[in-house]
Amino acid sequence: MISSIKKLVKDFSLGELRAGMKITAKELVNKKITVQYPEEKTPISPRFRGLHALRRYPNGEERCIACKLCEAVCPANAITIESEMRDDGTRRTTQYDIDLFKCIFCGFCEEACPVDAIVETQIFEYAFVDSREGSIMDKAHLLEVGDKNEKMINQTKLEDSKYT
Amino acid sequence: MAEIRNYTLNFGPQHPAAHGVLRLILEIDGEVIERADPHIGLLHRGTEKLVESKPYNQSIGYMDRLDYVSMMCNEHAYVMAIETMLELEIPERAKYIRVMFDEITRILNHLMWLGTHGLDVGAMSIFLYAFREREKLIDCYEAVSGSRMHATYYRPGGVYRDLPEKMPQYLKSDSRTAKELAVMNENRQGSLLDFIADFAKEFPKSIKQYDDLLTDNRIWKQRLVNIGIVSADRAKQLGFTGPMLRGSGVAWDLRKNQPYSVYDKLEFDIPVGVTGDSYDRYLVRMEEMRQSNHIIEQCVDWLRSNPGPVMSDDHKVAPPNRVDMKDDMESLIHHFKLFTEGYCLPAGEVYSAIEHPKGEFGIYLILDGANKPYRIKIRAPGFAHLAAMDEMAKGHMLSDVVTIIGTQDIVFGEIDR
Repeated sequence: MISSIKKLVKDFSLGELRAGMKITAKELVNKKITVQYPEEKTPISPRFRGLHALRRYPNGEERCIACKLCEAVCPANAITIESEMRDDGTRRTTQYDIDLFKCIFCGFCEEACPVDAIVETQIFEYAFVDSREGSIMDKAHLLEVGDKNEKMINQTKLEDSKYT
Repeated sequence: MAEIRNYTLNFGPQHPAAHGVLRLILEIDGEVIERADPHIGLLHRGTEKLVESKPYNQSIGYMDRLDYVSMMCNEHAYVMAIETMLELEIPERAKYIRVMFDEITRILNHLMWLGTHGLDVGAMSIFLYAFREREKLIDCYEAVSGSRMHATYYRPGGVYRDLPEKMPQYLKSDSRTAKELAVMNENRQGSLLDFIADFAKEFPKSIKQYDDLLTDNRIWKQRLVNIGIVSADRAKQLGFTGPMLRGSGVAWDLRKNQPYSVYDKLEFDIPVGVTGDSYDRYLVRMEEMRQSNHIIEQCVDWLRSNPGPVMSDDHKVAPPNRVDMKDDMESLIHHFKLFTEGYCLPAGEVYSAIEHPKGEFGIYLILDGANKPYRIKIRAPGFAHLAAMDEMAKGHMLSDVVTIIGTQDIVFGEIDR
């Protein structure tokens, strides 16, 4: 009897609605968790798999030896490699294309690379402004990304190297 | 008197409440549903066929993209099928990491479900609150795998890499003072496990918030109670699994009935409903989040005190250590073999199922001894649920169809595959 009266009072006084509104009111004055992108960014893990880059050795020689492991392991067949023998007897790529429309950013190319040449960087802000052809990253472009960001790449890979 | 004819209404595939690309052909009499005919296939990507053409490891990424709100659970079923066939023992730590991330995934999925279900039914703020918590869990995903959604974290033989000892932090920016930044980074000072433990400690408060917002709310109840009732017997006949089955009062959970990984060592309860309506399923899922949180706490405790390997040392299946690979010829050969040809599974067939947030997610492999499956069949729980759409919606109003889609927790990645 008493409980049913209590329920009646609660129902007529909109008890549960007021409880909900209380949360809304509290959140209204609470500290906001919104991150003001692009002024600030969310944390990025050293393992982050973003835009690709080709790296060089400290002496300026490109690392990639055209073993084509990344081409073989790529689930999306996004990588195309052609290679030839140089005059000094080393094998290097003549063509190294990654189609970013095909790429699913699984990170297998980086995992497969025996010389740490192809890596995925923390860069995620890229756009193909001019044309859709911009989505195909050729060797020059990949090396350029690598050269520009070598410091960041080196640091993140070093940070995560103890877990491999 | 003029003859009144039924309307045929196209619901979707572009409807925001259709949860993706569901095309529902509704035959309605006034506002009452006479027949609901779901048309699927608009997100068909041929996953099963693609998997047939690739070495086993390369298909892990495709599993993420099946049910794209519970990524790691899909991977778990797939790698478990391979491990069963190889009779591969995986390290205990890897099992605990997997279970922990399965439960994180369950919370991720249920939060997504809660948010969108609320939004469909008319509760706007719950969506924002659910995404607030999701963000933290997605950060855990990123910390371990490097990707916020499509993790590719589980591998046959264990997991990709051990849990990091440092959480990534918010960096300095012009729009924040040092003090504000310190507050934002407060829970990111320790390891990933500390971050998860902190989340698990705070999460019950968040659930309480959702509870206060919705559970007793009269509008929420008016929209959910007695909508889409499925009896226990009928739910079994329709092939329901997961919260859809438990909401009807059947205590069936693969984590309990057929324990895999380390679920038999963990303590948790499985909630069941009574009437089998949308409201009961809502309550079941809410309780599942609390139970998942409890499992995560247990896993964190175990993982803290038990360091060890997270990957099998059978280098026919798991890649060798990167440092070894660069020095040791044997390891280099293993590395090359593994990343080109992969490995072969014995001929035969295997079915492995896990308790996915949506129900029983199964992978059935038929193998002919090659380095790729002869045939793979993916058992998606949502498929059986969607098939019951007609039965659940019949006799209800048009607006209740939205509730029923929400309560079924439809995701088209897995249904269309």
